[in-house]
Amino acid sequence: MLDETDRRILRHWLGEPDAARAVLAERAGVTQATLGRRMERLRQAGVVKAVRARIDWKALGFAVEVSLRFTLDKTNPRAFDEFIAAARDVPEVVAIQTFLGRVDVRLNAVARDMGHWQEVYREKILALPHIAEVEALMLISTIKESEGLPL
Amino acid sequence: MIDLDDTDRALLRALSREGDLSAGELGRRLGLSQPAAWRRVKRLTEAGVLRGLAVETDRAALGFGVTVFLGVKLAAKGRGSFEDFERAVMAIPEVQVVQHVLGLFDYRLRVVARDIPDFERVLRRRIMTLPGVGNVEANVLLSEEARPGPIG
Repeated sequence: MLDETDRRILRHWLGEPDAARAVLAERAGVTQATLGRRMERLRQAGVVKAVRARIDWKALGFAVEVSLRFTLDKTNPRAFDEFIAAARDVPEVVAIQTFLGRVDVRLNAVARDMGHWQEVYREKILALPHIAEVEALMLISTIKESEGLPL
Repeated sequence: MIDLDDTDRALLRALSREGDLSAGELGRRLGLSQPAAWRRVKRLTEAGVLRGLAVETDRAALGFGVTVFLGVKLAAKGRGSFEDFERAVMAIPEVQVVQHVLGLFDYRLRVVARDIPDFERVLRRRIMTLPGVGNVEANVLLSEEARPGPIG
């Protein structure tokens, strides 16, 4: 179980994942040794699943990022599994999410430019199985991106 | 734009799974010396390719059982107020992600809540009262998977 100190540490850690240990320890009001021990325990307990590096696709030359929202043909019971398996084979896909709602699956995909996007969309995305409907949202800018929780 | 070799790509794949690997450990995995690994990380950071860490939690274990993506369309008469909307939405602690998009909606929001009644509270009291909000569509997240993308 988490105590108040764990919650305080998590709140600061999630809010400022790039802060130095010394800074986080001070904000959370614990020593660096306690901070390190608690962080390790949170990871062992699976409360913190991973610490990942964020990759900026634009800096790698992928200027276009698109959110694709799919409705699948649910008359086929294998539709979800087969669609997701095929989507995993598209290298331009950077995230796969499934939903309850009007949207069944969302793919986040990147491309170098609009010409490349058109090629990816026509040849790889529209070739995915069991699509009933697809809508695209073009990302203009990310204004906030955080794993923070109101703990 | 930065050119990557196979070692850079392997390094990015490793860091996108475990972002806080030390240069020593990273080097061991990729067959590089510690200083060589460190130099590559530094170059990728300076080029803006590595833009910090994300701490991924088991949100359900922390009491946040529901994650919802909202598509928000600003009302026709509120369309001049993108800045007012952005300022206000940024301040909502349950909103983790705000993206300005082009298409069916103006914004995509990622919202966390304890459960569905808690989500309804956030939606009614915080989201629907934002300046300029028009149409809102909600989809409850069931699963998500990060892919290596074009560095795979």
